[in-house]
Amino acid sequence: MTSPASPAAPLLDLRDVRMHFPVREGLFLRSRRTLKAVDGVSLALQPGETLGLVGESGCGKSTLAKCIVRLHQPTGGQILFEGTDLAPLPPRALKAHRRHLQMVFQDPVESLNARHTVGEIVREPLDIHRLGDAASRRARVLALLDKVGLPAAAADRYPFEFSGGQRQRIGIARALALNPRLLVCDEPVSALDVSIQSQVLNLLLDLQRELGLTYLFIAHNLAVVKHVSDRVAIMYLGRIVELAPADEIYRLPRHPYTRALLSAIPRPVPNRRRERIVLQGDVPSPIDPPKGCAFNPRCPFVTERCRVEMPLLRPVAGSPGHRVACHYDIPDQVSVGSGI
Amino acid sequence: MLDVRNLVTGFDTDAGRLIAVDGVSFQVRRGRTLGIVGESGCGKSVTAFSIMRLLPQPMGVIIGGEIRFEGRDLTQVPIEEMHAIRGGRMGMIFQEPMTALNPVQSIGRQLSEVFLLHRTKDPTEAWKRGTAMLRKVGIPAPETRMMEFPHQLSGGMRQRVIIAMALACDPAILIADEPTTALDVTIQAQILELMQGLQRELGMAIILITHDLGVIAETCDDVIVMYAGRIAESGPVGDIFSRPSHPYTRGLLDSIPVLENERKSRLNVIEGMVPGLKDLPPGCRFQNRCPYRIAKCAEQPPLERVGVAHATACWRWRELPPRAPLPDQPAAGVSTLS
Repeated sequence: MTSPASPAAPLLDLRDVRMHFPVREGLFLRSRRTLKAVDGVSLALQPGETLGLVGESGCGKSTLAKCIVRLHQPTGGQILFEGTDLAPLPPRALKAHRRHLQMVFQDPVESLNARHTVGEIVREPLDIHRLGDAASRRARVLALLDKVGLPAAAADRYPFEFSGGQRQRIGIARALALNPRLLVCDEPVSALDVSIQSQVLNLLLDLQRELGLTYLFIAHNLAVVKHVSDRVAIMYLGRIVELAPADEIYRLPRHPYTRALLSAIPRPVPNRRRERIVLQGDVPSPIDPPKGCAFNPRCPFVTERCRVEMPLLRPVAGSPGHRVACHYDIPDQVSVGSGI
Repeated sequence: MLDVRNLVTGFDTDAGRLIAVDGVSFQVRRGRTLGIVGESGCGKSVTAFSIMRLLPQPMGVIIGGEIRFEGRDLTQVPIEEMHAIRGGRMGMIFQEPMTALNPVQSIGRQLSEVFLLHRTKDPTEAWKRGTAMLRKVGIPAPETRMMEFPHQLSGGMRQRVIIAMALACDPAILIADEPTTALDVTIQAQILELMQGLQRELGMAIILITHDLGVIAETCDDVIVMYAGRIAESGPVGDIFSRPSHPYTRGLLDSIPVLENERKSRLNVIEGMVPGLKDLPPGCRFQNRCPYRIAKCAEQPPLERVGVAHATACWRWRELPPRAPLPDQPAAGVSTLS
């Protein structure tokens, strides 16, 4: 949509957001440690753009999403939404802002109340915010169902009567009920079958065009993220390690982790000769992250400095809008395939 | 080596008998990997469970067909003998590495059990073999890991333990049902690499069941595409991806977002959804979603040969429009690092 280059006032501006959870363990749960699920994330979303947020399980991407819609109260930093800091707001003050930012969840079964009809589910946000009378709410529900491609008859049926893809449409209709400006989509298609995934992705793209929505799109599937995003942020152990325009991050990934992630995607082209970077080991625990750069135990380019000093998210010389958290400019002996 | 002929499997439910797998035939050869791909409910897992005779009881029944394995028809083998075949000649890996392990037994105990059941009577020997197996699947410090419990291991490590158990007795065939679906991409890459390495070393055949066409393309020799309980198309992996001859296969390949796509362009979709087992249309089961549907589709098309080993079940495969060639060569992100 809009090019992310224009530094207009961002719709959402995250400044050094932290979400630390206390963890009790040991004998009689006496020892206390801290799980740093999100540890100093700064990101800005421009109106109308889609920012893709990618990372593996446990990297903190869902926790960050929950902080933004304030299902968690972050333990540090600011969440500026249209200029107001949501982080410290008490529930009552939050309510007025929250209608402008809504969330679409991963699991379309768990996130819909099985005892409510689809009509009630989609109407609930209108009830909570006391918008309109019964008749206008009913009309709004039908309009929303139509917008997400469901028949009006769906309103009187129950979630279990619908397939996974249709349930995700119901979740999207509910999220749209209050005319939000920002939609936080947490793995919206990863529970869906391939042929249904593309239907829901098309719907999200159409809605953005039509309603001028801004998306924070969280997923682990890099091809899906590339398809819908204007910019992409890569997250590892609670921090952003790389941020760049979508085409650029796939063409010229700078961070060794991004490169490994890209090379690990299985692609539907057989007999292709390719050198995959198979990372050794697992993602370390966010309770005891490695000192220095969190990626250092798995990084093929690790040096002494990486074990001591945490790299900051710095601009990449010569590519505007591209930032990387790595001490080094790792040479591009990266041959990136034609056509990407 | 494994020869499945006209397998029909169903479930007895309150709504009557539902046929989940309807006349599926295929062969798997030594040292080869057969991929079975399809969406939820297409019958790919039920096919695997039928081969292993692990259908949920008492609802699951093999209604017809043969499963020939090492000279025997597994549909006729008494269930006690199946215990010796599973784990001995046939290894299995399931999707969820946590539920496949017993949470209250150490890794070592679970792994030695396989050897005690199939290979040796001596517990010390079994433990020793278990440790060696953990080393083989790339688990660091296997002696310590043997003493640990499943919850102490990460998802990727657990899946390695499952692979160690499945391959413990040097099976002739390994059946892997979505082995990497629950794992992150970087861990998935490790596990797929491990399975391929072990296959080269041990020469077993693999049946890999997945919904991920990328995984199929990178690991399989032959592919079966299933739709609503039947084979839509089958053939060598190269043929399936470069000359897909069934509208469903084409629809699937066209609808997945790939890195080459233009950003924010509309994706191709397969309209509608998979019919339920209760209301399957007569004839071709894909017809209500198929852009090439004709009156004749009310009759089930036979699996017809379109290439040397390539077959499709579509009346109109000859008329399907030609496709753009695949992007060949090293497409993915990165070639060499250091």
